[in-house]
Amino acid sequence: MAETSRSRPSEPRAHRPVSTARMVRTLYGSRIRSQASYRASFVSDLLGQALMVGVEFLELWVILANVGTLGGMTLPQVAVVYGLGSLAFGIADLLLGEIDGLSTYIKSGKLETLMIRPVPMLLQISSLDLSLRRIGRILVGLGMYVVALGIAGFTPTATTLALAVIAPLAGAAIFGALLTMAGAMQFWLIDGREFANAFTYGGNYVASTPGAVFALPMRAFFTFVIPATLVAYAPTLVLLDLPGPMLLPQWTGWMGVPAAILTWALAALLWRAGIRTYTGAGG
Amino acid sequence: MNEHTDPAQPGGPYQPSAPDQPAGPAPSTSGPAVELSALRRDYVVRAKADGSRLRRRRVVRAVDDITLTVERGEAVGFVGANGAGKSTTIKMMTGILQPTSGQVRVLGRQPVPERRLLAREIGVVFGQRSQLWWDLPLRDSYRILAAMHRLTDAARDARLERLAEGLDLTAFLDQPVRQLSLGQRMRGEVAAALLHSPALVILDEPTIGLDMVSKEGLRRFLREDRTERGTTLFLTTHDMSDVERLCERIVVVNSGTIAYDGALAGFRQSLGAPRELVVDLAQPRQVLELPAGAEPAAVEAEGIRHRIRFQGARLTVPALLSAIGAQAEVRDLSLAEPAIEDLVRQIYARGPGSVE
Amino acid sequence: MLAYRRIAAASFRQYSTYRMATAAGVFTNTIFGFIRASIMLAAIGTAGGELNGYDALQAATYVWLGQALLAPIEVFGTRELALRIRQGDVAIDLLRPVDLLGQLYAAKLGRSAYLLLARGIPPMLIGAVVTGIALPPDPLSHLLGAVAVMLAITVAFLADAMVNLAAFWLVENRGLTTVYTAVMNLLSGFLIPIVWFPDWLLAIARATPFPSMVQTPIDALSGRVAPLDALPLIGVQVVWVVVLGGASVLMLRAGVRSLEVQGG
Repeated sequence: MAETSRSRPSEPRAHRPVSTARMVRTLYGSRIRSQASYRASFVSDLLGQALMVGVEFLELWVILANVGTLGGMTLPQVAVVYGLGSLAFGIADLLLGEIDGLSTYIKSGKLETLMIRPVPMLLQISSLDLSLRRIGRILVGLGMYVVALGIAGFTPTATTLALAVIAPLAGAAIFGALLTMAGAMQFWLIDGREFANAFTYGGNYVASTPGAVFALPMRAFFTFVIPATLVAYAPTLVLLDLPGPMLLPQWTGWMGVPAAILTWALAALLWRAGIRTYTGAGG
Repeated sequence: MNEHTDPAQPGGPYQPSAPDQPAGPAPSTSGPAVELSALRRDYVVRAKADGSRLRRRRVVRAVDDITLTVERGEAVGFVGANGAGKSTTIKMMTGILQPTSGQVRVLGRQPVPERRLLAREIGVVFGQRSQLWWDLPLRDSYRILAAMHRLTDAARDARLERLAEGLDLTAFLDQPVRQLSLGQRMRGEVAAALLHSPALVILDEPTIGLDMVSKEGLRRFLREDRTERGTTLFLTTHDMSDVERLCERIVVVNSGTIAYDGALAGFRQSLGAPRELVVDLAQPRQVLELPAGAEPAAVEAEGIRHRIRFQGARLTVPALLSAIGAQAEVRDLSLAEPAIEDLVRQIYARGPGSVE
Repeated sequence: MLAYRRIAAASFRQYSTYRMATAAGVFTNTIFGFIRASIMLAAIGTAGGELNGYDALQAATYVWLGQALLAPIEVFGTRELALRIRQGDVAIDLLRPVDLLGQLYAAKLGRSAYLLLARGIPPMLIGAVVTGIALPPDPLSHLLGAVAVMLAITVAFLADAMVNLAAFWLVENRGLTTVYTAVMNLLSGFLIPIVWFPDWLLAIARATPFPSMVQTPIDALSGRVAPLDALPLIGVQVVWVVVLGGASVLMLRAGVRSLEVQGG
């Protein structure tokens, strides 16, 4: 396809075939450049997001100021869970947060313009609507995660250090899959956007909270159906060498990657089925 | 090139297309560009019936048994009123919709299963929907689209240079799309669809809302690009002048079926749809002597404005004008084309004999 | 007056047509209620059954009343007016013979009435079955509660209107909306009761209109505050209605003037 009209003499530069990596870089790069150009509103958006994450943590902080431990965890330990959960959700939200608005794409017909391009739609939605202000959540989450790990007495070994790095990525993958499912669901439930919020934003809420606070049925639901407790709480048990509650023994801290693979497999199936429904049943 | 295969025989013998067609960028360059056979598409609509609380499922047939072959290099105008099934047909051709029944092949591919492959070989303009990035300079949209189509920098720059020159984009390439006028934006949209040098260009209402100058510029470039690259053009519109400037063949759809399919030349004459000339005279005059083939339709504004109906087959506009000019000074004039709806009505009024 | 009533009724009807969205909202509201209740009940459990005047049942009541008020109060803020200002559509709104803030308030009341009934009550009923809730036997508490809810909706509306009106001067006020929402969520007592706050944070909260939006109506409705003690809290709500009402009218006037100066 990299062929132009033959009447034109070819120029000496840049005849390399375009790699997928370079294509992806161009897609994200253009989007990032465009947002950095609105500097004032970008900064206020970024601060707003960062403040939002901080204020949400104040809720847990106030409780811990009153009772000392929550779900068996002290303030620094809870801060590790919260920071890790926010970091994981922040990355997923940055990359796939816009997919939540799929129903507006469907209603406005914008989805059709994405369908006539030779690039997977998920990649298009992810790159072309990337909202850089969401970096605010990532920054606060990362800062809190690192600082709280230090205060809470994290002793780095090769394995725990590896987990400390893998955990936010696996968590981001889990949330990414949940967001994709939330988007795919809208192929069937065009006004059902809020349903999905229970699992995506609700999952984030659960993930950034010590899992032991939830009664067994809820803990089971948010572990086996929506693997939110495996994002931050379970890895924190390993990182800080804490015993886990029922259903979440310490070793589940390593289950983030398998859970991510499983949820992505489901998300991919659901997304494909959604597109099939769309092309079959019309817009 | 004005020839078309009998729509009753889909996949009929392949006819070599226009000799001016250079090697198109598509991997398979033989076979028709578009083959639709017995194409049908139903929508299920859930609507409340009057006075009933229940929503009833109702099946609406948007496209009903369309059979059509477009050879490579042809330019086809696909016209019809709103709701005639034009957009649904385009959606089935581009892989957005699966047909309820029937076959669709575009450049030898099945659109829905091979949607992304097909996307590399076709260029689509949805007149009502932007493909461009609203808050980015126009140039950046092309950078993104070129990356999607994996164009090398050299290929992209050369092609963009040609498009910018032909569509007159240079003055606003660095302006954000949201600041462009409708005419500028639409030229930008067409450039976006042509950037990857597609073998088939599908234009859905490309001139809607445009002023005459923008329309003409757009049409001129589409003709040029077609001559240069031998592109196949598939155009839906309800503006007959688009078809007249761009196409050799016209397909009229009505209620999801093909009402007429044939060469554009003589389409109107063969139907005998009269055109209307409106002249404003400098001095009021109650009666104008008109040549054969023309008749007065109305006299308005106390003799200033005359509406004259005439047969395009029998009388040209200059001939008619010179006949009027001999009697009175013409201050202003306009030419009203028959609406698509009128043409469709005429097609049916003439009976099944004229419907192919 | 008739015009306002019609706007309110139309707004109620309009929202009642989004049935799928309502069902989705009830579902999500319920799930979040369970998450919030879990956290609070765990804290109370650790504290030995009672924390700063809240036992398990009162905490559950607190959570479910908060979830019921979430939609009518519009805890997450609105952006419609700000968008209309930015796109210049507000000029058309100002031409109407009905006062702009009055129109918006009428629409808000209609919408809130629907949201309270359709999205607020069902999660509360589910909560009542699962965790139990305690409502006071005293009919006076119900009456005061209803008044407090009405005033809370009004205070929330006015504060939200001011955030939106800032769009007259800010190019992009999404950042402001986010910050406002975050602060409001915390200081209103929506996330946790403000009496759990440390003294300095409680003092800050009490100096703002935020507790009048959530904490006060919940306290009055749940009977956690006796009717006689609820009266001064309702008095505080009235003060905030007056203050914020005056401020938003002034902001709108100044905004319109700045529009006229710039020539729209």
